[in-house]
Amino acid sequence: MNWEVVIGLEIHTQLTTKSKLFSGAAVGFGAEPNTQTTLVDLGMPGALPVFNKEALRMAVMFGHSINAEIGMTSVFARKNYFYPDLPKGYQTSQMDHPIVGKGYLDVTLEDGTTSRIGITRAHLEEDAGKSLHEDFQGMTGIDLNRSSTPLLEIVSEPDIRSAKEAVAYVKMIHSIVTYLGICDGNMAEGSMRCDINISLRPKGQEEYGTRTEIKNVNSFRFIEKAIYTEIERQADILEDGGRIIQETRLYDPEKNETRSMRSKEDANDYRYFPCPDLLPIILTQEYVDGIKATLPELPSQKAERFQSEHKLSEYDANVLSSSRAMADYFEDTNKVVQDAKLSANWVMGELSKLLNQEQLEIQDSPVNASALGELLARVKDNTINGKTAKDVLQSMWNGEGSADEIIEAKGLKQVTDTGAIEAMIQTILDANATQVEQYRSADEDKQKKMIGFFVGQVMKASQGKANPSVVNPILARMLKG
Amino acid sequence: MSIDKEDVQKIAHLARLALAEEGVDQYQQSLSSILALVGEMQSVDTDGVEPLSNPLEMTQRLREDVVTEENRRKDFLANAPESEAGLFLVPKVID
Amino acid sequence: MYEQSISTLAQQLRNKDISSVELTNLFLKRITDLDPALNSFITVSSDIALAQAAQADALLQSGQGSSLTGIPIAHKDLFCTQGTLTTCGSKMLNNFIPPYESTVTSRIQQAGAVMLGKTNMDEFAMGSSNENSYYGAVKNPWNLETVPGGSSGGSAAAIAAGLAVAATGTDTGGSIRQPASFCGITGLKPTYGRVSRFGMIAYASSLDQAGPMAKSAEDCAHLMQAMSGFDEKDSTSSETPNDDYLSNINTPLTGLKIGLPKEYFGDGLDSNVADIIMAAVKEFEKLGATVKEVSLPNLQLSIPSYYVIAPSEASSNLSRFDGVRFGHRCDNPKDLLDMYMRSRSEGFGTEVQKRIMVGTYALSEGYYDAYYLKAQKIRRLIKQDFVNALNEVDVIMGPVAPTTAFGLGSKTSDPVAMYLEDIYTLSVNLAGIPAMSVPAGFANNMPVGLQIMGNYFAEAKLLNIAHQYQQHTDWHLQTPTMAKGA
Repeated sequence: MNWEVVIGLEIHTQLTTKSKLFSGAAVGFGAEPNTQTTLVDLGMPGALPVFNKEALRMAVMFGHSINAEIGMTSVFARKNYFYPDLPKGYQTSQMDHPIVGKGYLDVTLEDGTTSRIGITRAHLEEDAGKSLHEDFQGMTGIDLNRSSTPLLEIVSEPDIRSAKEAVAYVKMIHSIVTYLGICDGNMAEGSMRCDINISLRPKGQEEYGTRTEIKNVNSFRFIEKAIYTEIERQADILEDGGRIIQETRLYDPEKNETRSMRSKEDANDYRYFPCPDLLPIILTQEYVDGIKATLPELPSQKAERFQSEHKLSEYDANVLSSSRAMADYFEDTNKVVQDAKLSANWVMGELSKLLNQEQLEIQDSPVNASALGELLARVKDNTINGKTAKDVLQSMWNGEGSADEIIEAKGLKQVTDTGAIEAMIQTILDANATQVEQYRSADEDKQKKMIGFFVGQVMKASQGKANPSVVNPILARMLKG
Repeated sequence: MSIDKEDVQKIAHLARLALAEEGVDQYQQSLSSILALVGEMQSVDTDGVEPLSNPLEMTQRLREDVVTEENRRKDFLANAPESEAGLFLVPKVID
Repeated sequence: MYEQSISTLAQQLRNKDISSVELTNLFLKRITDLDPALNSFITVSSDIALAQAAQADALLQSGQGSSLTGIPIAHKDLFCTQGTLTTCGSKMLNNFIPPYESTVTSRIQQAGAVMLGKTNMDEFAMGSSNENSYYGAVKNPWNLETVPGGSSGGSAAAIAAGLAVAATGTDTGGSIRQPASFCGITGLKPTYGRVSRFGMIAYASSLDQAGPMAKSAEDCAHLMQAMSGFDEKDSTSSETPNDDYLSNINTPLTGLKIGLPKEYFGDGLDSNVADIIMAAVKEFEKLGATVKEVSLPNLQLSIPSYYVIAPSEASSNLSRFDGVRFGHRCDNPKDLLDMYMRSRSEGFGTEVQKRIMVGTYALSEGYYDAYYLKAQKIRRLIKQDFVNALNEVDVIMGPVAPTTAFGLGSKTSDPVAMYLEDIYTLSVNLAGIPAMSVPAGFANNMPVGLQIMGNYFAEAKLLNIAHQYQQHTDWHLQTPTMAKGA
């Protein structure tokens, strides 16, 4: 059977507010357990929530970035269930009236195809705490530091049709929220977590198949792998004539499989109702428009500008604009070099290679954008050639100094003095008389092949410092005799 | 609107209340009579009436995004039935 | 001494006729002597009281302080008091020492009042008789065989018996007014949002409101001066500027327009109670008021609407009592579910569990629209009734309860009968308007309260009206015999 995959995603992004959604406790990762909690986050009897202004602003910014209707009246609702890391016995979330309504994103895949993914809604809610299962006398420890941390949950339509498309969509959301500065995008620390709803249906069938939900996947790679394994699992069941059970599953990256989370299946009836401790949030058009005016340039806009202003290819422009840090790095480099193509090649090539080797983010690069710019400026003005530049970059990476310092200290300047080069070539021609004879008696095609030998000899003699663009014409002239 | 024993058990479970066997009967009775009482509402025409959740119909005030609270873990753990290493302890949670 | 008003006591404290420590000791002694018969206190905080009294004396010595400085009062045991046991009348919280102070108690403390202790109440404020307390029923000082009303029954009984000058209460469906009526004291339920709910253990968040209970309207005004006003810690707190509750308390009532809702005088109202209410209304006419009939056509619906909304909110508000961070945890839970189930069913009493069940049901899938949403729509109809009536008149008057205090144990078996008792008070909470109970006479030798309902934020007006009435009557000055015994 030819199956069509139907995927919808719920992405929880943790907002980068200083304080919590409903209390004045600090927000932060890695603090000592229960040191960032207040009466409110602990659900103490009599404690009451007050809503964080900044979380509202961030949610509205996001709404603008996905072409969405902003909820001019939004309402917090209680989602009731018992869990030890949920101190009040309910999660304050939004149900019927979310802050961000219908929107969409156009997602471009690597092969250049673009599809529009609908976004149903994005709503504000508070995070829960954490259960620590290390052994405390056989018990579970509860840390409520994360309790009431602000989340924006972004819910897509079931418009996604492949793992690749899912990853491209999540990457795009990731780049938008980090561009906006409303989420640090740190997936390893859980700042962005993804629930994947996935079902299969025979190609051409209108109605959806039964779906499963894979909870809390927190890396791009795992999202892709989790989807592949779940598609395979569901397809196997369906091919065998079985039925998919609607359930919550967990992806185990070590075994690369999904498994059922029975504990979450406990007859969920969340009994949503408007939270009586919080009141409707009513926005004015002025407020909403005011936030729109403060939006930074978004990835898609930046990619377009890179093509029109810097004459980059669509591919290069998309790669460079995929993260704000990389786009900024590129632009800062280019400011120094004034050669967009050269800057783009190096940022996407050599620099990215070094970053990948050490698993560093571009903002943590030991060589900053202007330092790379200075290096590339030396390539552009022929002080060094590209090959030497790679070595210099490595030295800069190792902290040996600026590009100019390293070039100077190691004497890597290209030799562009024609007199010196002529002398060098003459020595080589004298030492290789046989080859010179062969060259001179060969036809033009053969000569083209043979000249490489002489260039190599010159480079060797100059320890790579001879400027090829100076060497080549002189060599050609002198070989003619 | 009456309510059967199974309903009572289901609600009790949702509310995390353990009912004694004889309790189920009592609850079935008293819940049924309360539901009959509140059932009086059903005959009222409320078409076009907006629900009222806050009597003053005020709107939400916004708090400045500033950290105002300090770490008071010791005070907050003082009421905990069981705690260790700064954590509240509960019977083992199995995911 | 125990019968004196706050104004008089404040003057005597200033004149050094008596010190706050002496006054506090006097009340502590009365509690020791009389409360075993009443059970109106869950906790008596003698040490704190005497320390606060000494502080108050020092403040008064230097000529500072407010009219509450050095005055011994009590708090309903659902206000969180830092370092002092706060039980909410429940076994669930029988070891709960709050790590913080509620806004109400903190403001009253700031004003210099002395906290004698925490008063008994129906568990989690659910009840109209104070029989639903884990700490035992409270007795009515006017007749120890009858209930004091609830849920602020401890506060009402303590004031009536002269065990505290005044007290705080809370009112979700009548919990200040009905015990005030049953015990012959004065109580005010302010406009929703007038008094901060921060630190008040919630029953039904959209209905709960704290207010003063005292012998007279003037004493209530003194308490309101301290406790009311905007609080940034409570999102539902109103930013409407606070009134001065004392400055217009002597305004004459000439031209006051009183509305009598015909629905308040129908079947079910004890005829003796009705006579007393009509006599009180006559008194107001003498004071220059005019009276006309008004209608609150949806009054009957306040019972079903309330008994859906309040339990629904309660079922969610009480989920935090799970045995994890505070409160009762069962012995040797075998797993997590067992801990939840047993901790909660051991910690909560029957009425609380019943309301949690009702609320859980009303919010559950498939029933939400028929119950919760329907109740919220009816809530709007009820509010609109009051808005319409209060367009015609300045205040609405009627009984607080259909009867006087009933016998202990006489209604515990039938929850619906008990709920029907709240018919005259519930609608006020649903609408969110302020209302008072003012002693207006005796029927069957038991006190009867007159209910005065006003427009949003008309607390000062209500206190003025009640005070003028009390300048011409002495029902609020009556003292039960048992109080004179000590």
